[in-house]
Amino acid sequence: MKETRLLMGMPITVEIVDADAARDGIERIFAYFTHIDEVFSTYKETSEISRINRGEVRPEEYSAEVRSILALSEETKRETSGYFDIQRDGLYDPSGIVKGWSIQNAALMLRERGSRNFYIDAGGDIAVAGRKYGNPWRVGIRNPFNRAENVKALALSERGIATSGTAIRGQHIYNPHAPETPLLEVASLTVIGPNVYEADRFATAAFAMGRRGIYFIEQLDGFEGYMIDVGARATMTTGFERYVLREP
Amino acid sequence: MKKLTLAIIIIGSFIIFSLVYNHANSVAVAPSNPGIVEPSGNPNAATPTVSGSSGSTPNPTQAPGALYKDGTYTGSVADAFWGNLQVQAVIQNGKIANVVFLQYPNDRNRSIEINSYADPQLVSEAIQAQSANVDIVSGATDSSDAFVQSLTDALSQATA
Repeated sequence: MKETRLLMGMPITVEIVDADAARDGIERIFAYFTHIDEVFSTYKETSEISRINRGEVRPEEYSAEVRSILALSEETKRETSGYFDIQRDGLYDPSGIVKGWSIQNAALMLRERGSRNFYIDAGGDIAVAGRKYGNPWRVGIRNPFNRAENVKALALSERGIATSGTAIRGQHIYNPHAPETPLLEVASLTVIGPNVYEADRFATAAFAMGRRGIYFIEQLDGFEGYMIDVGARATMTTGFERYVLREP
Repeated sequence: MKKLTLAIIIIGSFIIFSLVYNHANSVAVAPSNPGIVEPSGNPNAATPTVSGSSGSTPNPTQAPGALYKDGTYTGSVADAFWGNLQVQAVIQNGKIANVVFLQYPNDRNRSIEINSYADPQLVSEAIQAQSANVDIVSGATDSSDAFVQSLTDALSQATA
């Protein structure tokens, strides 16, 4: 059973292969993402994060979810030499960590309910569990220059994968307020990790490092990466090839 | 039904984006150095480069039978999840001559601290389209819905 809904400003797809209670599982997952959006969206005036940013909530009143995101963000900031920072100009924008974290939590919810073979894809960041009819899930990496195309096909099971970048950034796009500022050299950076939370937060931080990002991924145990630069060349970490699906 | 709506939105985004890409591609790009965009005022540009000023500056002249009135039109600010997206459409001779991104989301938080890592030799390759069927696709969060929203707003001003 597979279903896509638009939530948190992006398409979220859940596919559960196991027949048992798939419908109920899918409903719970979408309800969870709706709740996460209501707590963490910086676009919703009434969200807890917006109220915190307006100074309306005292730190001792923060919810357990907000506390845990703040703690995880602080940890990630340390691990990435400050490249990951949810605070900008004194305001919190936790979208760079909430996505992977909430997908991972949703995956754990499905596991607790007995699902073993499924994926959860929120805007291109994916938790992959088990298999689809005996084979690993086949996961494509989207071409950042042509979103109708994939540039790699991977075979994944029990992994998380996340891509940082922007789908429509190209040479014709520039910032008129700072035209001298060069465009980012990296078009997209895909990270495979032990789970989607880990993949997402390190993809976020490594993308901010520019070309150095792929070397940061290289030195992380248990992570592989595939970086596509604006010249349409890709650089991969040393263990990446083992995930690449060979076409028969 | 939702899938159908989503499919229509995505397909519509492709079409509009590909049209815009064709027009915008001629603007202010230094081909020898793809990482750097030339500052505005490039004399080689096929179309005048547009400044970042907001608000529309319609030009009363209109080509006969043209779809849009000449001028520069600023679209609404649209929510692209990671930040705001806003475009400006430049109409010349009744056609879209350029689309400028006034606001574009950085999909991830960035800071400017630079750190260096040991430089191992990593394999690199030219990217190639794959024919293999896949179950799922990993890609950056899509901003095309917001793009279409802002551009549609800009163009509605051009037809007003």
